[in-house]
Amino acid sequence: MCFMSRSIREFVNNESATAIAIARLVRHRSARWGLAVIAVLVIAAIVGPLLSSYSCIEQLDIAHLNNAPPSWSHPFGTDQYSRDVLTRVLCGARVSLAVATLAVLLSMTLGTAYGLVAGYAGGRLDNAMMRVLDAFLSIPRVLLLIAVLTLWHPVPLAGLIILLGTTGWFGVSRLVRAETLTAKQIDYVAAARALGASDVRILWRHLLPNVISPVIVSATLAVGNVIALEAGLSYLGLGAKEPTASWGSIFFDGIELFAGNWWVALFPGIAIVVTVLAFNVLGDALRDVLDPRQLHLARALPEEVTTKKSLSS
Amino acid sequence: MRRLLVARVSQSLIVVFIVTTISFFVIRSAPGDPFSYASENVTPAVRDHWRAQFGYDRPLLEQFGRYLASAARGQFGYSFQMREPVSAALAQAVPRTLLLTGLALGLSFMIGLVIGVVQAVRRGGWFDRISSSVLLFLYSLPDFWGALMALLIFAYWWPILPAGNIVDPVLHDYMGPSAALVDRLRHLVLPVLSLTLLTMAGISRYQRAAMLEVLPSDYIRTARAKGLPEREIIWRHALRTALAPMITMLGLLLPALLGGALFIEKVFSWPGMGMLAANAIAARDYDLVTATVIVGSFMVVIGNVVADVLHVAIDPRIRE
Repeated sequence: MCFMSRSIREFVNNESATAIAIARLVRHRSARWGLAVIAVLVIAAIVGPLLSSYSCIEQLDIAHLNNAPPSWSHPFGTDQYSRDVLTRVLCGARVSLAVATLAVLLSMTLGTAYGLVAGYAGGRLDNAMMRVLDAFLSIPRVLLLIAVLTLWHPVPLAGLIILLGTTGWFGVSRLVRAETLTAKQIDYVAAARALGASDVRILWRHLLPNVISPVIVSATLAVGNVIALEAGLSYLGLGAKEPTASWGSIFFDGIELFAGNWWVALFPGIAIVVTVLAFNVLGDALRDVLDPRQLHLARALPEEVTTKKSLSS
Repeated sequence: MRRLLVARVSQSLIVVFIVTTISFFVIRSAPGDPFSYASENVTPAVRDHWRAQFGYDRPLLEQFGRYLASAARGQFGYSFQMREPVSAALAQAVPRTLLLTGLALGLSFMIGLVIGVVQAVRRGGWFDRISSSVLLFLYSLPDFWGALMALLIFAYWWPILPAGNIVDPVLHDYMGPSAALVDRLRHLVLPVLSLTLLTMAGISRYQRAAMLEVLPSDYIRTARAKGLPEREIIWRHALRTALAPMITMLGLLLPALLGGALFIEKVFSWPGMGMLAANAIAARDYDLVTATVIVGSFMVVIGNVVADVLHVAIDPRIRE
């Protein structure tokens, strides 16, 4: 514990906004929970399938192991095709987490770039870009996804990622634009321009770091959201295709038989809920930590820490 | 006020037009058409005949022009799957969805509001902590998951409620008026309950944050200093200001009224807009799909306009 608080103090005394944010995050109780759960999930996704003695898609003993309830050798039971459900859930973690992370990365990049340009350009271009965004925002996302995924039937996983990514950036774009509008009024932007910095440099070096906080919060919340969305699409039979396992598609496989073989749907279902919950908890914590109004309090923190230290010693 | 309304409505019409264009071309550019998936016994000649009959053999731009012309006259095409005009199919589904989502949204706002306010007032107390965790859990439940669990618990393990449909498919026609009403209500409980729980979680989280922002204001302190009863301070003075962000929320949730409850409808086989859209897509019922997307985007636009107008109506600061 002592080690912990010293490292926090070093971070804080570093005074950079990032360091303050990290220090506050580490001290935030629910953030620790969220981070721990996500870390366990990521490690399980990477290492799990390697450690498992079964394969994700290979069918085991068809005669004896179909729909076997949980046991020591198959802790989550087996499914109707006699595959080990635990292994499939671990493989599903890879697919679900990778799809969501990549899709969110794509949409955050698109949204940030669009919002930055619109906010920085201002005037007519900004106005036009915002009207286009209004139109995009008013397309019902789920309907559009279902339509495209159905009409172009077997959509490969990469296509699914691109679709989820390109339909998820509109809200962030608005946030970033609003932040850019205020950030570009600050004197240091004028100073940078007076020193001859190019537009690209101002956007990249000076404005981007200033608008990134809400993007980080939205990204965290969006990962949970996209995992749920992908699961929902799989529930409609439109997500990852057999034999590829995502949590949604395993859940979808099992739910029809839930009454008799509850284990096939229950475990991926729990995985989905726990993951979404963890990302939401972390997102909430990040919002607490990165809220600029609270950052002022954080700036005052080093003093507070030193006073406490002097009191105790 | 009127100028704002006119400006917003005309902007919205442009938005709906853009969405119509996008959805028309996205759907038409998909491989195949409604006729390529008909039964295998249909000969190619007959397929071509159908295509010519419904204009699917024309160039895409001409098809779009014709679609716009007929949409302007209020005709959104013909649904092959329902074998009736698209407008008739919509007219049947819309009231069903409105019943489900209208009830759920109303309940969500009432319950969510009260919970959010009580949480904010007793911040950090036992009620705040317990309900916050429960709400975060509900908020994290994917719609279909929550609905399926409700279905399993109350229709399967402890079968006190029907599992789906709006009314009992067989017996309803033979029931007396009061029994029929009870039948209807019983079928409403599970879908409305699941939708309410899931929506209410988001609303109360939002309401709590809005209240927490308002409570430290000077005018609340003044109200206290004046000796107003606490109940009046909270529910009249603080809540009134804290409702402003809720209007934004209302604007965002209003579209769900018609388009969004797709997963809930799917789980409970509730034949509303969401089911209609999902089935239309599966059957490549192009005109019906386009129409549901248009109705959906129209609701988003209306939600935005309603929120904007309400904001101006309650907040003199943005009235200028």
